[in-house]
Amino acid sequence: MDDSDLARLFRAALAGDERAYGDFLHAAAELVRVWARRRTAFGGLDPEDIVQETLLAIHVKRHTWRTDGPVAPWLYAIAKHKLVDALRRLGRHPRLEISELEGQLAVEEAETVRDWEIDRALEMLTPGQRSVVTAISVEGRTIAEAARSLDMNETAVRVALHRGLAAIARRFGRD
Amino acid sequence: METHELIKALAADARRSGISMTVAWSSAVLAAVTIAAAVFFALLGARPDIADAAQTFRFLFKFAVTIALAASAFALLHMLSRPEADVRRSLPHLAIAPALLAAGVVAELAVSSPDTWSARLFGTNSLVCLTFIPVIGIGPLALLLLALRHGAPSQPALAGAVAGLTAGSLAATFYAAHCTDDSPLFVATWYTTAIAMLALLGALGANRIARW
Repeated sequence: MDDSDLARLFRAALAGDERAYGDFLHAAAELVRVWARRRTAFGGLDPEDIVQETLLAIHVKRHTWRTDGPVAPWLYAIAKHKLVDALRRLGRHPRLEISELEGQLAVEEAETVRDWEIDRALEMLTPGQRSVVTAISVEGRTIAEAARSLDMNETAVRVALHRGLAAIARRFGRD
Repeated sequence: METHELIKALAADARRSGISMTVAWSSAVLAAVTIAAAVFFALLGARPDIADAAQTFRFLFKFAVTIALAASAFALLHMLSRPEADVRRSLPHLAIAPALLAAGVVAELAVSSPDTWSARLFGTNSLVCLTFIPVIGIGPLALLLLALRHGAPSQPALAGAVAGLTAGSLAATFYAAHCTDDSPLFVATWYTTAIAMLALLGALGANRIARW
């Protein structure tokens, strides 16, 4: 997929096309994943945390993309901003001592349950926002299904989802 | 939460996008000019001899400098509110107003006799200038910082400083209509100091509120 395909998907997404937006975000995630892997090869950063934080920033700042311009410079500028942020946090609060690093490297392969930054942000939501965000993401429900299962109307679900995602984006990685 | 799960939640929220940067900036500028004008006319107003002053080159030159700075600073601010802004390419435009002012200072030193330089430099309004440019500019600065917060500046402090330059030069444009000290020596000293105060305030403010 080249940049013009990506731009076409993004324009459709900005017009409210959820399916195009999902496809766009998957493509964006893959680009950022490759980009972030090379830059987090050593040290205590998980590239997938950078991918997720970048996706959230893309989401809350998507109105700053110039719809007649290319996607890549905008996308990588956001990824870079988030990587720099993460590195700065790591410098302030190193997650592991050097002596632990060797042990960490040894168990990394066997590790199955990851310590997601996003789950820490999720815990800080109000219970209502958290159940809506979880229903749609982890449980894979649609807005309508989530509304039924949580006994809410669809507008309330949309509002809770919107606010919940904005709150996660604000709190991602903050201590 | 896995990344593909996060994407499901983000996609479901596709319809609620923020207002466009064009709308955000044009409303911020419109409101900023309105507030600056309101504060200026409420507290100061134009000098009584403005019709005569408008015939003199020095008076008009003040506006050339402040408007050039306001326009170039705003163009840069607009650019810096997007994450991919290329600072090195757009920063040189900011030199237009200082270069203009430097030329004015040289011309003033060439045409006026050295024993008047001190009077021209200090004028009679330096404290008024240092007070009222920030007072007129603070409201506009707050509005520009709000628009900046809506954007995604990669360098919030730099963008905030440029917001301070924009608000300060806007305030100085109004203030220039009140002030009777028209020498470029006065403008280069006191206007610059007052605008720099707002730039500093903008950098500090943006560092707090425009992080994302």
